[in-house]
Amino acid sequence: MKIAVASGKGGTGKTFVATNLFNVLSRRGEDVTLTDCDAEAPDDLIFFRAEKTNETEVDHRVPVINKDACTWCGRCSRWCNYNAIFYLQAAKVIEVIENLCHGCGACTFACNSGAITEKPVVLGTVTKFRTEGGSPVVEARMKVNEMSPVRVIKAAIKESGESGVIILDAPPGTSCPFIQTVDKADYVVLVTEPTPFGLSDLRQSVDTLREMKKEPAVIINRSDIGDRGVFEYLRKENIPLLAEIKYDPAIARTYSEGRLVTDEIPALSSLFEELVEKILDGHGTGSYKR
Amino acid sequence: MKVAITSTGQSLESKLDQRFGRCAFFVIYDTETGGVEILPNPNKDAEEGAGPASVQLVASKEVKKIVSGEFGVKIKSLLDSLKIQMVVYKEPEKTVKSVIEMLNNQKINK
Amino acid sequence: MELAVISGKGGTGKSSVTAAFATIGERLVVADCDVDAANLYLIFNPENNTEQVYVGGHKAVVDHTLCTVCGICESYCRFDAITEIDNRIIISETSCDGCFFCSRICPMNAIAMVRSNRSRMYSGSFRNGMMVYGHLAPGEENSGKLVSMVRDEGKRVATEHVMNTILLDGPPGIGCPVISTVTGADKIIIVTEPTMSGLEDLKRVFEVAQKFTGEAGIIINKYDLNEAMADRIEGWCAARGSTLLGRLPYDRRVTEAMVAGKSVTEMFPEAEISNILIKIWNKLITNGKE
Ligand code: SF4
Ligand code: SF4
Repeated sequence: MKIAVASGKGGTGKTFVATNLFNVLSRRGEDVTLTDCDAEAPDDLIFFRAEKTNETEVDHRVPVINKDACTWCGRCSRWCNYNAIFYLQAAKVIEVIENLCHGCGACTFACNSGAITEKPVVLGTVTKFRTEGGSPVVEARMKVNEMSPVRVIKAAIKESGESGVIILDAPPGTSCPFIQTVDKADYVVLVTEPTPFGLSDLRQSVDTLREMKKEPAVIINRSDIGDRGVFEYLRKENIPLLAEIKYDPAIARTYSEGRLVTDEIPALSSLFEELVEKILDGHGTGSYKR
Repeated sequence: MKVAITSTGQSLESKLDQRFGRCAFFVIYDTETGGVEILPNPNKDAEEGAGPASVQLVASKEVKKIVSGEFGVKIKSLLDSLKIQMVVYKEPEKTVKSVIEMLNNQKINK
Repeated sequence: MELAVISGKGGTGKSSVTAAFATIGERLVVADCDVDAANLYLIFNPENNTEQVYVGGHKAVVDHTLCTVCGICESYCRFDAITEIDNRIIISETSCDGCFFCSRICPMNAIAMVRSNRSRMYSGSFRNGMMVYGHLAPGEENSGKLVSMVRDEGKRVATEHVMNTILLDGPPGIGCPVISTVTGADKIIIVTEPTMSGLEDLKRVFEVAQKFTGEAGIIINKYDLNEAMADRIEGWCAARGSTLLGRLPYDRRVTEAMVAGKSVTEMFPEAEISNILIKIWNKLITNGKE
């Protein structure tokens, strides 16, 4: 079972929830994996002492053009939808702009002169770790200066396998990287905060998920700040509220130092224990589906 | 010498378009003959790579100089390698005609 | 002058900082480049909005009346977007990259490429100038093109209304939308927070900022949640020779102001945080160097 922990807006405590959920499941001895899909800002590992067990590079194949074989027909350039092949027939210039290439392979197919071969270009890495408690953490990490994390995220989810509970720490926003992550999830938990910004982003996430025929459940973090807008919205939309976590400087401090509240603050440990029950039950009985 | 000027419309009275890759029109002006050609920019709505594609377009017209409000980072090295001169002219209120006059008076160079 | 506020990781308080900056000094243009989760409009309530349609990326669509299920498209697609289920070709909208390859090689011409037109860009006036913002339809690819469109509109509006300053509120992360926000901007302001993850993400986003622009200054928000971490971040800045613009204390009134639809500097001008924000802003726009 895959559980995605997401938040339209970043910084609402999505990583906080994902890492602590994982910690609780792991110390119970459950078969659980944490997959950090926020490939542009992967932070989950900060919270664990873990040993690297495996690392794979994620690449795509970009064209290499052999000018001697090129007959200057320009077909490759016309077939590329991303303007990644710069072609000037008169000046006999043909150049691949690797930054723009999506590795779709169209140009290689288009060339009738056998002038195009391909080479791999690394987009990021998927690294597997084992925590002290023995549970795996899989991290997707996009290379700096790459444009899109999607391929790296997909590879990380694949690497996480299918066994037990897999917690996906989803990227922020509602565009492609988010979609790719929640698309694979059986259950989506949205973490939000009760502010106008939080509500606006929550709405957008819920709309996106509903378009994908997924019904999320919500956790409200820092539930005693802000206003009641989020609470009213959840009631009106019939979205289950899984938990409220009050603002507490001790949480902020523990988190800021890369430690887990479920190891250090008893009240939060029991809150997350309950949360785990709710999520597993909710999923088992399908009661979260209305 | 041919010069490409990015334009917001299809007349010489139109204002200079501040964008290069996604400008509305290219006005190609020949400083020797005074000839003018106006091309709609097919890359205006390209998803990506509008810059390089526009370089490809104007370079195929044998342009040696481009006047526009700004050029992306990717474009600069490409233009250098093709020996096409970039003229950054951040004057969105100027018309294409006035740019042409400046070119004729050699008032625009760098 | 164009100033971009970014954060690497979400939720550091970037938008609240932007909101304050936008309401301190003379009239300016605010452009919300976080098109995936735009929410500054909640504070600024822009009026007399004009709406423009943003035409997004392409998606492949099969005409089943023409398709003979030959499977050629499936075998060439490198984005795993095409599968054959029950003798029918299914193209996953979320996985399709829009490369056109399948539509070009389909022997039956059964695949069309369709562009989405559900995203929008708005511009209007607010109490201290003009505001431009985008709204990316759920699930659409954020290639950075809508961000560029928002920035272009920002520039156009600035010229039209004779305003000198454009303030960009950037998206989280380090990918394409961020690069589109910072490329060519005159100044970059990175808002971070005193957590381990804050520092990790700062390092990555700083690398991006450096590549695409000259100056990047750093603001440590909520520094008093963990002063030791704040010192560490400050040390990191110093070692890199990058400018620390200032430290902001945690203050619940930031959220209170947001709930009231105001920036903290508007609602609580006498607060310490407001004073610091005003100082930072004045320094930024007068080009002042320390
Ligand atoms: S692989 Fe696709 S994106 Fe890359 S250059 Fe070839 S056609 Fe363009
Ligand atoms: S398709 Fe092949 S022969 Fe034609 S221009 Fe491209 S590389 Fe050269």
